[in-house]
Amino acid sequence: MKLEDLNKIKKEHEQIVKVRKLIASEGEKLAKKTGYRKQVLVCGGTGCTSSGSKKVIAALEKALKKNGLEKEILVVRTGCFGLCSLGPIMIVYPEGAFYSQATPEGVERIVKEHLKEGNVVKELLYQETVHEDGSIISLSETAFYKKQLRVALRNCGVIDPENIDEYIAVDGYQALAKVLTKMTPDDVINEITKSGLRGRGGGGFPTGRKWSFAKASVNDVKYVCCNADEGDPGAFMDRSILEGDPQCIIEAMTIAGYAIGAHHGFVYIRAEYPIAVDRLQKAIDQAKEYGFLGKNILDSGFDFDMEIRLGAGAFVCGEETALMTSIEGNRGEPRPRPPFPAVKGLFGKPTVLNNVETYANIAQIILNGSDWFTSMGTPTSPGTKVFALGGKITNVGLVEIPMGTTLREIVEEIGGGIPNGKKFKAAQTGGPSGGCIPALHIDTPIDYDSLLALGSMMGSGGMIILDEDTCMVDIAKFYLEFTVDESCGKCTPCRVGTRRLLQFLDKITEGKGEMEDLEKIEELAKHMQTSSLCALGQTAPNPVLSTIGYFKDEYIAHIKDKTCPAGVCKALMKYEIVPAKCKGCTLCARNCPANAISGTVKQPHIINQDKCIKCGVCMKNCKFNAIITR
Amino acid sequence: MTETSLNAFKGTLAQERKLKEVLEKHKDMPGALLPCLQEAQGIYGYLPIEVQQMVADGLGISLSEVYGVATFYSQFSLTPKGEHRISVCLGTACYVKGADKILAAIEEKLGIKSGECTPDGLFSIDSCRCVGACGLAPVMMIDDEVYGKLTPDMVDGILDKYIKKGGK
Repeated sequence: MKLEDLNKIKKEHEQIVKVRKLIASEGEKLAKKTGYRKQVLVCGGTGCTSSGSKKVIAALEKALKKNGLEKEILVVRTGCFGLCSLGPIMIVYPEGAFYSQATPEGVERIVKEHLKEGNVVKELLYQETVHEDGSIISLSETAFYKKQLRVALRNCGVIDPENIDEYIAVDGYQALAKVLTKMTPDDVINEITKSGLRGRGGGGFPTGRKWSFAKASVNDVKYVCCNADEGDPGAFMDRSILEGDPQCIIEAMTIAGYAIGAHHGFVYIRAEYPIAVDRLQKAIDQAKEYGFLGKNILDSGFDFDMEIRLGAGAFVCGEETALMTSIEGNRGEPRPRPPFPAVKGLFGKPTVLNNVETYANIAQIILNGSDWFTSMGTPTSPGTKVFALGGKITNVGLVEIPMGTTLREIVEEIGGGIPNGKKFKAAQTGGPSGGCIPALHIDTPIDYDSLLALGSMMGSGGMIILDEDTCMVDIAKFYLEFTVDESCGKCTPCRVGTRRLLQFLDKITEGKGEMEDLEKIEELAKHMQTSSLCALGQTAPNPVLSTIGYFKDEYIAHIKDKTCPAGVCKALMKYEIVPAKCKGCTLCARNCPANAISGTVKQPHIINQDKCIKCGVCMKNCKFNAIITR
Repeated sequence: MTETSLNAFKGTLAQERKLKEVLEKHKDMPGALLPCLQEAQGIYGYLPIEVQQMVADGLGISLSEVYGVATFYSQFSLTPKGEHRISVCLGTACYVKGADKILAAIEEKLGIKSGECTPDGLFSIDSCRCVGACGLAPVMMIDDEVYGKLTPDMVDGILDKYIKKGGK
């Protein structure tokens, strides 16, 4: 493959992809030139696949054949559009008609009425995209997308991730071509350094500096690694990028290889992500076939190749030294730093290791320049950040925002607020290593430094919204149970510390806590933060400290009043009978396994709290909703 | 008695031949142990000590090293799994939406705990951390099928489908 060949492919496929980006009237003109009257994009990401997009695609293809449309309508299976709770998602271009929660039956109607006869099936559209007069609102104008800025996700939901030609059509491999023909390795590192790009895996270390350290290490063999071991439960940004735009990671890793002088790369990816693994492998095969991987890439004399290694389900392997130990075939235990990976990393060789989302920014920075990148976001955190928005929020899904966007904008505008009229209580970021941002700080701009100042951290980008029904002690306990499970056991502060912390929380949620436990927690936390070997142990106390910091009253309620204000902690829950509603039918008393309910027929009954085992059988059986929990 | 018969190693010659091919292919690859164990588990469904010994012999490393790695990662299982593997997501997004109640309902229905296998070998239950379908929380997977937006009272109906399919 030579540069001219690359540009030829780009030209051939440019128009087909451009139809998906233009406004309707221009799109229509262009669509005619491409040979396809309309294009139907269906999300084939994990979220939509789980809600049945495979069946939708099969039904679509069948219906197109039945109506004789298969030659005029192009079906494209894309990556994630972001609005996962509304899946399966289907968009028809050039109109930009956005069908949500598509079903095989609905698809048959859409094919007949919309694709064949030209009438959009309005009642199947995502209702936010329909004006009162029935006209279609462009997707980028809806509340969910309006404040988003897609850089890392720019191709997700736009191109077919299994077709390298479509990637080339949207400037794919132009950055690599620029790097190999016009830039020295130092130029590349300078550009990345000037862009101020910081590691999107959570730590926020400047990427350019990491690369320059690795370049400065002298060695015949160096490695480029990609961390796709997205372990934070509730985060799925990296998976979506790999599913929606795998070629951009290959391009970026090759650029990194050129910059530091490495010729081999590894992508360490979770085995729990079968779709992402499959697409990445196909992408690697296609890149090899086109000559973007292998010997003498684009006639430049530079060689680079890469392979996939599957993780085996260990959270600690998201830590850089543990990840490399795991690739080497061992138990994924971290190693002390220094030596840092840039000096002595994988197989003892200098290694650069970046997160998937970090790589997803590289080609864009090379093509558009560092000034373009710093024009987005805040001075210390330029660019954008992808968040996986989940929990008690209306629009669950994937969002990419410029750094500095406030939490309020994310929750109230993009996220569409809290469902069921409940109140926003806090946002949890950074997963098991992070903390909470309480409602009090909802106007905080989201960037690395503001989150750290609040006692949380950016983390890889999981953002779980909690409402008033969430018990903060229980949430802290949830994360602690996770870190206890996932602590690798190599160093004592983490192995023993996480267990001790969990014991304190167990005691508190069982109503046996004492006030001095809170002091002991803080003391233990300090030791873990300063003496654990890796970030897992150093940050494990964060969820506890952060909830104690912002929701101390809830801890005190558990300890002193022996109640759980959110009504979550079972041991502190009380079942009570509302006398006004109780008809005295005796059903509850007869079914109570502990004989804890007494009363005479047709008179209100009473639960003896000392005998009650809180099984909830009475509440299940009551026909008058007379039993409540407090 | 049932327990020993359930765990007794019943590898076939065809499986052994397949494993030997895998080991031969990976022999000189740096960091071969993990990919080999992953393929071995794909062949046998789990990693009994007999299989670990074959891997150790094939790669020329000690059994203790293989055992150390096999027990470190949660993907590897040293005991057989059910014919249908139930995996309840206990990731954060699912947890705040009541995934623990889903797990409890399944455990109650099948009479086994997470990590165990029913005596007839039809089901095993595990919990996992995030399958990435957070938009559908709470979710569980049975084999490769994802069930989303679950409530505890849906559990009965879903499991019954498999019990019938199991064709007892």
